[in-house]
Formats: sequence, structure tokens, C-alpha cells
Amino acid sequence: MEEETQSGVIKKFLYVNRRAPHGTIYAHEALEVVLIGAAFEQDVSMAFIDDGVFQLKKDQNTDGIDTKNFSKTFSALEMYDVEKLYVEKESLDERGIKEDDLAVDVKVISSSEMKKLITESEVILNF
Amino acid sequence: MLHTVNKSPFEKNSLETCLRLTEQDSTVLLIEDGVYGALKGTKIEDLVSESLSNVKMYVLGPDLMARGLDKNSLINNIEIIDYQDFVKLAVENERIQNWL
Repeated sequence: MEEETQSGVIKKFLYVNRRAPHGTIYAHEALEVVLIGAAFEQDVSMAFIDDGVFQLKKDQNTDGIDTKNFSKTFSALEMYDVEKLYVEKESLDERGIKEDDLAVDVKVISSSEMKKLITESEVILNF
Repeated sequence: MLHTVNKSPFEKNSLETCLRLTEQDSTVLLIEDGVYGALKGTKIEDLVSESLSNVKMYVLGPDLMARGLDKNSLINNIEIIDYQDFVKLAVENERIQNWL
């Protein structure tokens, strides 16, 4: 049987994450929407820019602030075939964060590569 | 006087303005996304380090841990405190300014 989604169309989705994880609801909500996109078998990529890189910091423990530690969801994204996570190097550098500080495997790319990724995407959702 | 900052210094200028307009010997407490201001190795590290000769700076531990950060991530001489210490600071200081 041929692979086909319900609509029959697969588009390149890019989810742009620019917010820190716990101060606002953006990061958490973005993950929910990413999983919906993945359920519709779309070609999903995630970009982490500016404070969005903080979402991927490892060892997050939200016990003390009584909120859900959704950072664990990032390691589960693979199961939903969301495997393309791109992090802008310039954003990491400005924040003193290194690739080793991140909880999941990502591709660290330069601003010019990020520019290309955005240009080549068909549907872009910003959080 | 106690000043609290709850915004990321990379997204808003709340911390920068707070430090510019804060009187000598004031207390600054970083909470929520404000805790990112205490990180070392950032583009605003120098600004924050220099301010430590004027003000005493604290960061709220539970907010730090939620973000995967700890003592080792911080600029020297910034102290980690808990909720009870936060209450104490609020009581000790006659006035509080929240830089939103």
C-alpha cells in the first residue's frame, strides 16, 4: 500500500521556538502543537532560537515550582518521528550554553543556515 | 529596598534598567525567567558582575532548578535562596519594586 496521509499532502513544517521554558506557556504549547503536526504525518522540523535554546537545557527539575516538567517530552519526540531539531549557535553563545548542556541530540547550525531552513519551509509556526 | 526581576535579560531590558536605577546597597532578587540573568558566560555577564559591587544579588533556587541550572552555572557572589528566604527579604525591606 502506498504511503499517504488523509489529505494526501505532506508539507515541510517548521516550528520556531524563541521563548524560555517555564516563565510563559509558549514552550509547552508549542510541543503540544508539534505532536499534532506529527500525528498528521507532516515533515516536522523544530528550530530553537534566542531564549528558545533554554528549553533544551538538561537536568530541568520543576518539583519546586509545581509545574509539569515537559522538557522530558523532547526525548520522546523521536517516537513521533520528530527528529530534526535545529539550534542556532549564536543563540547558544550569547547565553553561555554549550551543546553538551542540552538534553537531546540536536543539530547546531549558524544563523545563515537557520535563514536557509526558514526560507525552505512551507508552513512556519512561531512560539 | 528589595527589587525583583522576573524577565529574561535576553528578551526584555528589565534587569538592565533595574541595575541602572537601583540605589547603592539595595537587594536584587532574580525570580522566574529573571534567573537567567545570573548565568556566567553570557553576553550580559560583565554588566551583572559589575553591579555586584553596588547591590547584593540573590536568585530563587526552585526557579533555577526548574530551568536545569545550579550553583555551578552562576556568576560568583550571587547567592541562591529558597521561598522562606524570599519571605524574609520581603519582610525585612520596607519597600519592594517588581521590575516586570
